[in-house]
Order: sequence, then C-alpha cells, then structure tokens
Amino acid sequence: MRGISKRFGAVQALQEVDFEVYEGEVVGLVGDNGAGKSTLIKAIAGVYRPDSGQYFFEGREVNVNSPREATALGIETVYQDLALCDNLDVVSNLFLGREMVGPGVPGGLQPLDEVTMEREVKRVIRELAVRIPSVRSQISGLSGGQRQGVAVARSVMWNSKVVLLDEPTAALGVAQTRQVRELILRLRERGLGVVVISHNLADIFDVTDRIIVLRLGRRVATFDAHGVNQEQVVGAITGAVFGSSGGLGSAAPAAGNAEGPGK
Amino acid sequence: MNHRVESPETVAKEDSASPLSSLLTLGGGGSVPVIVGLILISIVFQAANQNFLSPVNLTNLMVQISAVGTISVGIVLVLLIGEIDLSVGAVSGLAAAVMAVLSAKSGQPAIMAVLAGIVTGAAIGLLQGFWFAKLHVPSFVVTLAGLLGWQGALLYVLGNTGTVNLTDPMITGIANTRLPVEAGVAVGILFVGGLAFTTFGERWRRQKAELETEPTVAAIGRIAGVAVGVFVAIAIMSVNRSPSGFTPIQGVPSAVPIFLGFIVIFDYITRSTRFGRYIFAVGGNEEAARRSGINVDRVRIAVFCLASTLAACGGILAGSRLLAVNQSSGSGDVLLNSIAAAVIGGTSLFGGRGSAWSALLGSLVIGSIANGMDLLALSSSIKFMVTGAVLLVAVTLDAYTRSRRQQTGR
Repeated sequence: MRGISKRFGAVQALQEVDFEVYEGEVVGLVGDNGAGKSTLIKAIAGVYRPDSGQYFFEGREVNVNSPREATALGIETVYQDLALCDNLDVVSNLFLGREMVGPGVPGGLQPLDEVTMEREVKRVIRELAVRIPSVRSQISGLSGGQRQGVAVARSVMWNSKVVLLDEPTAALGVAQTRQVRELILRLRERGLGVVVISHNLADIFDVTDRIIVLRLGRRVATFDAHGVNQEQVVGAITGAVFGSSGGLGSAAPAAGNAEGPGK
Repeated sequence: MNHRVESPETVAKEDSASPLSSLLTLGGGGSVPVIVGLILISIVFQAANQNFLSPVNLTNLMVQISAVGTISVGIVLVLLIGEIDLSVGAVSGLAAAVMAVLSAKSGQPAIMAVLAGIVTGAAIGLLQGFWFAKLHVPSFVVTLAGLLGWQGALLYVLGNTGTVNLTDPMITGIANTRLPVEAGVAVGILFVGGLAFTTFGERWRRQKAELETEPTVAAIGRIAGVAVGVFVAIAIMSVNRSPSGFTPIQGVPSAVPIFLGFIVIFDYITRSTRFGRYIFAVGGNEEAARRSGINVDRVRIAVFCLASTLAACGGILAGSRLLAVNQSSGSGDVLLNSIAAAVIGGTSLFGGRGSAWSALLGSLVIGSIANGMDLLALSSSIKFMVTGAVLLVAVTLDAYTRSRRQQTGR
C-alpha cells in the first residue's frame, strides 16, 4: 500500500503511510495508542476506504472497498474481539457463512454436510496444532488462547494469503501467549504474510521478521527484527531521540514517504 | 512500555462446579430439569385427582396445548435470534378471525379461508420484521405496537357480530378429526423409523469418514426412549375414551400431529440447514454473523415472518378446536403462555440457545399445570400465580446458566 491517508473529522489518523508485507513474512505493526495502527489495519481489511493512496496486491493495483473484497483477495483479519459465536461449536464457527451442504431438498433447505465440514476442520486444527478439547466444543467452553487459535484457524481455512492479527495476545496469559506465538510461526511456515498488531512488544518481538513503527499517523521507522533491540523500537514508538537505527529503516520522521515501492 | 499484568487462566478452569449446576447447564439449558418437573407435576396432580392421568384427560391436554404450542414454536425462533415478539397472541386471533369471517360470513371455501388466515400472519410478520430489521426499531416496541394494532384489527374484522361460529366441517376438522387407530400407530412407526434411519445413517457416514461416534448403546438407548414415549402417547390416545361406551371415541386428534409436525420441521430447519445455523449465529453474536457474510437483516425478517405465520397457524388451530372465533381470541394468556412455554422448555431469553422441542416440553408443563388446576377447580387467581411462579423459576434457571457460562467462558 502506498501513500495511504485517512482523516476522521479534524483528526488526521493516517498521513501518507506506506505499508508492505511479503509472503512467508511476519510483520509487527507497533505504535502507541492513537498512532493509527487500527486505522491502517482496517484500511487493509477493507473496512475503511482511505481518503487517498494506492492498494497493490501481488503486484497489481486493486480496489478494496469492502471486507468482502479483501477476503476475496485472500486477506483475512482476526480482530481483537475474534468475532466468534459463543453458542456454536468450532466446526460451525470455522464454516460460518460458507457452510457445505449435502444434496437433497432444494430451496435453501439442504441438510448441512457436517461430516465433511468436521473432517476439514480437524485437518486445519491439526496442521496448525491448535489445542482444543474437541472440534465439537462450544466456543463458550474454550479459554482465551484456544479461542484465538480457533479464530486464526478460521482465517487460514480459505486459502488466504495475508492474515492480519489485531492484538492477538492482549487478553492472554503467559502460556497462551506462547501458543499464539507458535501459531504465528506456523502461519509463516505455510507461506502466508502475517501482520501482527500489538503494543506489547515483548509478546511479539521474537516472532517478527520486520517491525514497522507508526507514530501520530506516520510511519516513522522500519526495523529488521533480528538486528534491533526493544529499546530502539520503543524509542521510535515514543519519538524519543536515539542513536543508531537498526536494519532496513531509518528513524527520520518522513521515513514513510521515503520508503520504496509498496507491495 | 506496557507492563500488563496478565491474569492466568484461573477463570477458565473452574468447570468442576457442583453436580447440580452441571446438570442445569446440560445441553445449554437442558431438557432434563423440565422432564423431572413434568414427572413431579404429574405425581402431585394425580395424587390430588385420579382423573389427571386418565386417557381422556391426557388426550384433552395434548389438544389443549397444540394451539399455544404451535405459537410457541415461532417464539422459539424469535428467541433464538435474541429478540421477542409480543404480537403473536393478537396475530393468532386476527388470522383466526380472517379465516372465520371468510368462511362463515362470505361463504368462501374452507381452503381459501385457511390460506387467507395464514397469509395474513405471514404478511404481518414481514411487515414487523422489516420494521425491526431495516428501521432499527427495537423488536419489543414494534411487536408491542403490533399487539395493540392487530387486536384492533381483530375487532374490526369481526365487526359487530362479536362471535363467529365455525360450521364448515373442513375447518372444524383441522383440530378435531380423530385419526383411525391404525393411522396413529403408522405415524408413530414412521416417526421412530425416521429417527432411527437418520441416526444410523449419520453414524455410518461418520464412521466412513473416520470421525468419532457416540457409543452404539447411547444411540440405541435414545431411539428406544423416544419410541417408548411416542408409542405410550399413541396408545393412551387410542384407548376408547367415550364416557357412555356406545360409540367409541378413540384415536389421536389431528391437532396433535399438526403441532408435532411443526416441531419436527422446525427442529430440522434450526439444527440442520444453513438458515438454521444463521439463526443461531445472529442470536449468538450478531457482529460475527455479519462479518461472516450472513445477511443479518434477511435472517431477522424471515424469522419474524415465520413467527407470525406460526402464530396464525396456532390461531387457526385454536379456532378450529373451539368451533368459534370471538373478540377475545388470542388475547389473555395466549401470548404469555407461548413465551413462557418456550422459556420453560429451555430456550434462552438471551438468544442463541434453545430447540424447537422446548415448545413441546414447555407447553406440556404449562398445559398440565393449568389442566390439573382446572381438575381441582382452583380459581383463576391461583392459576395465574402458579403459572407466574413457574415462569419465574424457568427464567431464573436460564439467567443462572447464562451467567455461569459467561464466568467459565472468559
């Protein structure tokens, strides 16, 4: 994405922001509250239409005007609230809105093909090594980490290419956070582009390949996560002056404009 | 930097509570407490009046609950999407009045009159559903306005006649025809056979796909339990219940298979179709449903339409059974009983949990309490208070299991 701007009334939420993620890569998107992380994610997911800017997917310029169009491209978002139906089981949630039906009565009353759906869900759950008691457990009986796992599993079920995770560890305990980190790495192994938004750096620091820092609606820095320490990133988030800039990016305030071509 | 203190998963792990609460949570509301309640009610009333469990009275009871039970099936659907429909009583009365006037006053053929009544219900449901889903007026308010408005329409349709007696044999036969004993048994065999067929078909498909199945004993036990219930009920209704004994009065009254037929159909729709899945999704998490691409408005409108249509069917059944439609048709406790039946039967008032069968269980509870108190010649003051207390207990259980789920959930 290139030169994305979004304004809400008097607030300039995003100003000329470039953003890119490649396949098989985990990008951490960090920034303080109000830095524009959520706005950017929603622009990628098609929830907000940017006021200006270009959207490229696999090299082509595309128009993404609704979440459905983003999904059709293979861009899935896992929001912080997970958007799972507590009263339905794992299989129903993973197939929600895309249920498979068997042959039989016409007129929208065909019986659901529960057997095929359950088998499919079991395969995905196994591949991602999501630990849940059973694919027939209701969501209301799962822990926070298990729910996150279910939501992520749903996002990769449909041949998605990019998965956006909004604060995936925000409400989780230590053990569950570790499970989610492992899950993120498995998504990368599958060749997906993963974007993780978080303001808890420690949780995601070791799973990201690159870290992009937003501050006050601008992209202020990009770090190679393997060659930087947390203090430097925090410095960029808070806008504190710091000496060395690590990796790919620079800490110059106008870095967003200076970046190379978007994805 | 954000040094958040993460709470470990203590909250999620307190599943091992008392056996009582796990019984109550069974199956998300659960039919076990209701069945236990029904047995208790039977024991109490049978002890007080030995006619309570007689074939005559039990058959009467089944016919009595058929109309309200049918309305209650619609209420179950509305509750499943987390809404309420307060107009069902008035709609049932209006639909019956439309049918009665067309048949008795305008001399229309019975089929036309009945269809007109049902279409009236469907049209009202479409209107109310549209008003709620598209104009974002709370369903409570839309259907409260409906309650008043359709009551008025009922009086208008009946005109100054007051009571319209139904004489067309086809219309009075809807609820009052007694199936020949053989036909009753055949329906029972068909039902149990169908259940066994689908149960084992599903098992076979699961085994072929190498998915785990419930133990064979459990499946057979469940089918056997249902079979016993069905055939005992049919046997009771097949006993000659004529008081004089001259002409035999026996066989299942047609209102009963109509009511149970609605339950079977809507049980299938809610559990095994896309539309049913969307009903649960909208009731469980509207936002999640919307983000999954479900057309939430369309589901809502369809559900309100079905609820009013079922209310119309219930009203027609009631009119047929009582051989008349009058100004108080569908008023009084019809609305409250149909909602109470759904909730007592285990459908949650908070949306997303329940089953079409709760309409049967709940209306059996309410119906047998009313019937039993009638046998004891108790005054309606006491009947209202007892029914109110039962409803309160049911809703309290519902709220309790819900709050427990929320504690264990997050």
